[in-house]
Amino acid sequence: MTTIDVLRPRPPSRVGLGWAFFERQTNLWKRYWAWEIVWLLYGIVNTLAITFIANEAGRTGSVSKAEQSRLTMFLLIGTLVWAYMSAVLDDMSLTVMWERWEGTIEHTLMAPVPRVVHLVGMSAFGILHAFIRTSLIMACALPFFHVELGQADWVTAAAVVAVGSISLVGLGILASILPLLYPERGEQMSFMVQALVLLVSGVYYSVSVLPGWLQVASHVSPATYLLRGIRNALLNGGSVGNQAGTIAILAVFGVVLVPVSLLVFGLAERWAKKTGRLKRQG
Amino acid sequence: MNIPEARPLAPADQDLVAVGHRPVPLEVSNVTKTFRHKRLASLAGRKKAKKPPRAALDNVSFTVQTGEIYGILGANGSGKSTLIRILSTLLLPDGGSVKVFGHDVVKEPGKVRPLLNRVSADPSFFRPMSAMENLLFFGRAYGMGGPEVRRRSAQVLSRLGLDEEHAREPMLHLSRGQQQKVAVARAFLSSPRLMLLDEPTTGLDPRSKREVQAFVAEVRRESQVTILLTTHDMDEAEQLCDRMGFLSGGKLVAEGTPLELRKQVAAGRPLDEVDMEAVFIELTGRSIEEDEEEDENQAQQAEGGA
Repeated sequence: MTTIDVLRPRPPSRVGLGWAFFERQTNLWKRYWAWEIVWLLYGIVNTLAITFIANEAGRTGSVSKAEQSRLTMFLLIGTLVWAYMSAVLDDMSLTVMWERWEGTIEHTLMAPVPRVVHLVGMSAFGILHAFIRTSLIMACALPFFHVELGQADWVTAAAVVAVGSISLVGLGILASILPLLYPERGEQMSFMVQALVLLVSGVYYSVSVLPGWLQVASHVSPATYLLRGIRNALLNGGSVGNQAGTIAILAVFGVVLVPVSLLVFGLAERWAKKTGRLKRQG
Repeated sequence: MNIPEARPLAPADQDLVAVGHRPVPLEVSNVTKTFRHKRLASLAGRKKAKKPPRAALDNVSFTVQTGEIYGILGANGSGKSTLIRILSTLLLPDGGSVKVFGHDVVKEPGKVRPLLNRVSADPSFFRPMSAMENLLFFGRAYGMGGPEVRRRSAQVLSRLGLDEEHAREPMLHLSRGQQQKVAVARAFLSSPRLMLLDEPTTGLDPRSKREVQAFVAEVRRESQVTILLTTHDMDEAEQLCDRMGFLSGGKLVAEGTPLELRKQVAAGRPLDEVDMEAVFIELTGRSIEEDEEEDENQAQQAEGGA
């Protein structure tokens, strides 16, 4: 009969525990490759469909040639940033939802992994996953349009994405709380949160076109500053120095949102434990 | 033969042992848990009357000693799963306390979790992933390295009659019995000191059932693991358990060794003529096959619509 080694326990490293979630999501991603292709194609089509609006505006003479080029870039950046943001938010909101579908939620949440490490592992995967998918969408969409990127400051754009992603993680953790609190309707509610962010953040238009009360809401969405920073960097060549204010606001969002979201997640988990909602669904 | 030993004591526990206070694996004291029902809207749009809250667990107390297999027997809805979920740090009791090796499950969940693991009636895996990928995730979540998980998984699965080929298959390609064996492997992989077996053989074919029972018995015999087993299978309980308690309506209505429980109802009859089913009916007033009025799931269905 096969013998089984004695386990010699040693203190687990936080990186090792976080890696468990990153590796698991990667394995799931590989198994769901067909869905990944679907979402990639959807992302490409969505990007093309929206950005072609700029071509239509040029064709009808609504905008000059120069304005058309700028509008193309404006829409392209909006669709790509939204593809990135929604991928991060989707992955994070699945933190609880996926576990409920598979029925593993109880086994995962009773494992001796600090919740911070759990959520950081999920976030790391979400950001890398979103980055790869968005890069592929961009690579496929760019050849369809004549865009002028000579003045673009890619380093600043990367800095804005890096700092902004921290606040997206905070938003994602907040979105993942809804399925924790509401087993049956939480997923739909997290989509509603995404829809509100899409509306107020100036993804396809400037926030200045919004009614006054919605413009107020745009100030509390980190996506507003993420889009502003990337557009300034790529359309106007704004340097890190020029974008310092926007980057600082994004950093404040990150510094505030991440700990607050972790705190709220902890409170929600405690409430779910009190009311018996930490269990499988379906 | 070398069996998955229970983890050595943590440094804090070793101090307790050194001064002669070996921590008790499981102390459940006066645990109470009540689920409230949400008002449900009727088809006519009127609110239905709110049902009174029902205690899923009502002042439950018992202790399990080192290396013991303690069985909790009860019908569906009697509170077994609620109890297991409280012990697993997944549900907060309304009252009472639960200590695992001296650590309170509510106040010190971080100290309790490394000490225990669980097998539930539903295997619950990431179904598209292979058995090994699942084990890799759960092993890592208990602080094990990848090579260690692979080596031990192969050993445990082999003992349970699953070969490497099965371990590479997606879980959804495995039979119910094979999935449950992987669930058993997942639980024993981390060498828990307290194992919670929540109806581990429910729904298994007779052969898989025997294999899982034999594995549990062997592990217990050759290691120091303490086991809490919930079941409504009387034969399984008698075969595996040193002591058992009967749970009915959320109350622990009787407790003892199988022999002690038989003696309570024998009334002069030879003990081998008193089967455990009859003992259960006599002491709880109901058959173990008879589902109890409501359980936590039903309460949650009411609440889940929130």
